[in-house]
Amino acid sequence: MEALLKVEDLKLYFRTTKGVVQAVDGVSFELASHTAMVIVGESGCGKSSLAKAILRLLPRNTHTYTGKIYIDGIDVMSLNDEQFRRQIRWQKISYVAQAAMNALNPVIKVGFQVAEPLLIHRRMRKEEALKKVVEAFQIVGVPTDFVDRYPFELSGGMRQRAVIAMALVTNPKLVILDEPTSALDVLTQANIMNALKRIKEEFELTYILITHDIATSSELAEKAMVMYAGQIVELGNAGHFYLEPLHPYSQKLMASVPTLREDKELDFIPGQPPSLINPPAGCRFAPRCPQRFSICDREPPMVDCGDGRKIKCHLYT
Amino acid sequence: MKQLRETFQELTRFKSALVGLGILAVIVALAIYTVITIPYGKAVRLWRGGEDMWRYNPVNAKPAWINYFTPRKLPQTRVLRSEEHAQMEEETVGKTSRKVTITYQFRYTADLPPSELALVYKPAFKKKRPLVSVTWVTPDGREYTFGRITVKSVSVHGRYWYSISRDQKLVQLFGTQNVEEGLFCRVDDMKRVQKGDHRVVITAYLFEPDASIETELVLYGTVHGLAGTDHLRRDIMVGLLWGTPVALSFGLAAALGTMITSVIIAALGAWFGGYADSLVQRLTEIRMIIPTLPILIMVGMFFSKSIWAILATLLVLNIIESSVKNYRAIFLQEKNAPYIEAARSYGAGHMRIIFRYLIPRVIPWLIPSFVLAVPSYVFLEAALAVLGLGDPVLPTWGKVLSDAYGRGALFQGHYYWVLEPAFMLMVTGFGFTMIGHALDRIFNPRLREI
Repeated sequence: MEALLKVEDLKLYFRTTKGVVQAVDGVSFELASHTAMVIVGESGCGKSSLAKAILRLLPRNTHTYTGKIYIDGIDVMSLNDEQFRRQIRWQKISYVAQAAMNALNPVIKVGFQVAEPLLIHRRMRKEEALKKVVEAFQIVGVPTDFVDRYPFELSGGMRQRAVIAMALVTNPKLVILDEPTSALDVLTQANIMNALKRIKEEFELTYILITHDIATSSELAEKAMVMYAGQIVELGNAGHFYLEPLHPYSQKLMASVPTLREDKELDFIPGQPPSLINPPAGCRFAPRCPQRFSICDREPPMVDCGDGRKIKCHLYT
Repeated sequence: MKQLRETFQELTRFKSALVGLGILAVIVALAIYTVITIPYGKAVRLWRGGEDMWRYNPVNAKPAWINYFTPRKLPQTRVLRSEEHAQMEEETVGKTSRKVTITYQFRYTADLPPSELALVYKPAFKKKRPLVSVTWVTPDGREYTFGRITVKSVSVHGRYWYSISRDQKLVQLFGTQNVEEGLFCRVDDMKRVQKGDHRVVITAYLFEPDASIETELVLYGTVHGLAGTDHLRRDIMVGLLWGTPVALSFGLAAALGTMITSVIIAALGAWFGGYADSLVQRLTEIRMIIPTLPILIMVGMFFSKSIWAILATLLVLNIIESSVKNYRAIFLQEKNAPYIEAARSYGAGHMRIIFRYLIPRVIPWLIPSFVLAVPSYVFLEAALAVLGLGDPVLPTWGKVLSDAYGRGALFQGHYYWVLEPAFMLMVTGFGFTMIGHALDRIFNPRLREI
């Protein structure tokens, strides 16, 4: 299958008073159409920055933004901002923002807010757009009379669904979901995950799901990517990753996931992710790695372990 | 629309707002009434006060309602026309001449003498001027004959004005007293009016067969109309009435104009940041140390005193006034809100974000400050007028005040001349302030959500 999204050596650095933060440092991957990929990793590993880099939602202090991104065969990096805004945002990729609870403008009614992408990109009339919104609400399971409500009149789960509806309303190919279920109770999480699954099948969507919640994400994931310190450390099929993670960091990460009714000591990784201003030379995980050995102070290669599985670790060379 | 109605309903829960709305309604109604009854051109003409426009008005008369508050009854202006108030007799003298006798008989009961006396001749003749003289018989039987003149060239309206108050003979005769007191007061008590019937006989000799003459005896009062008159006999009411639409439109236009532009500029600066923001901020800071009034005075001196030129200058100056900083502070906070990023991600353009996402967030703050800004601009216009920079053609409250100030109204006891425009200014300011503070109380709790 041809890749819908192809990212090559994507870099996104931020300028701060302390130095340059290498938030996304040379990320390359491909994502086939109609698959769901989950990106996991600790906080501050560059997951959200990767999403923003793909969407070109750059903050003002951007230092470096290089690499290649192809979506649906379009060389995105060669488009200027205006072209990007018109051709890519919500036409090809839509985005469910982190803290989607707050992603709705408090002074605009939910229906109009969800209709905004249609008004902007499809130049629809308001009534027409609202009709589409009602359809989208039905798909994600928001009562259709909520169209006339303000965001504060909706529960967290409903707001989250409304934001997802907004992501779907222009029928994009790729939806990037940045922690869509954080800050929700487990029942609502399950509900939304099921809805996302159903919608994916129904509309043949491609998902990039960014999450901390490895357990919940396993519901949806077909591919998995593990990021650490701005880099990909493990990339492969979800089945492999969940059952038998290879990278020491992935293994530690999986070991930290709690299991119901099992007398397991939750594992954790001592220390914290390195500062991205001055990342350690060689393997970035080495300082915390239980399996480190002599050559870990050299940059590890991306090792292809077959089956589309890639591990960035000297153990597998 | 629904929100507007809700806000209005909420507003009516405040008593102060009701008072303010009432005042505002009255002022607006007054403004509309004024513009309809005295169109712009007429108002300008009236205020400029051509030759005869105000001729029948007394100088510096108090408002007429003052009579309700004083034990002494002050006289109103009376115009006695020969056709209605006098008997006319004609007799032929010689071949072509005629002698016309016009006899006025009127009762005078006010407690003060008239402020001025004038006789208006309306003659019709071809070449030979009529010869007139006046005999005035007071109630106590004194008799004065004066004003023996030929009625000379007549002004535009065919009237020839003869001022009895300035008649040389009478002035000399009464010495220290003025002419009105001499004719109307008792001989034994010069401050008390001799009430009773006056008889004024005007004798005119006409030397042409088809010549004619009519007269008007004008007894100028010391009170006039609802608002009194100024030093140019103008009815101050015209100034008060026309001041209303001018003040409202000036205040609203200035407040609205500066508010909208400064919000947009603040939003543009805050949103685009970088150089745009720096530029706006530096300009604002420079603007903050430039005093407004001297600039306006300079514009008034060297360029134009027109109220619209002043308004334009004010707008240009206040586009970058200090409130830009307040708005910017709110915008900077809002700019990083998740929903703004969400809007960017779904492809909202810069303008859409600024106008649909950023600016609506400061509306709760804008509305009360707008309402409160209106009176400050109304006062500014008045202040400029008092400083001599009022619009040269338009009658405004400030112009009335300025005239009063220039004529030393308060030193001469013409307090009404100062108090009337001041009252209008205060009431207007009061109305807007009442509404503004009520709106502030409605909107401000919502502002805390931001």
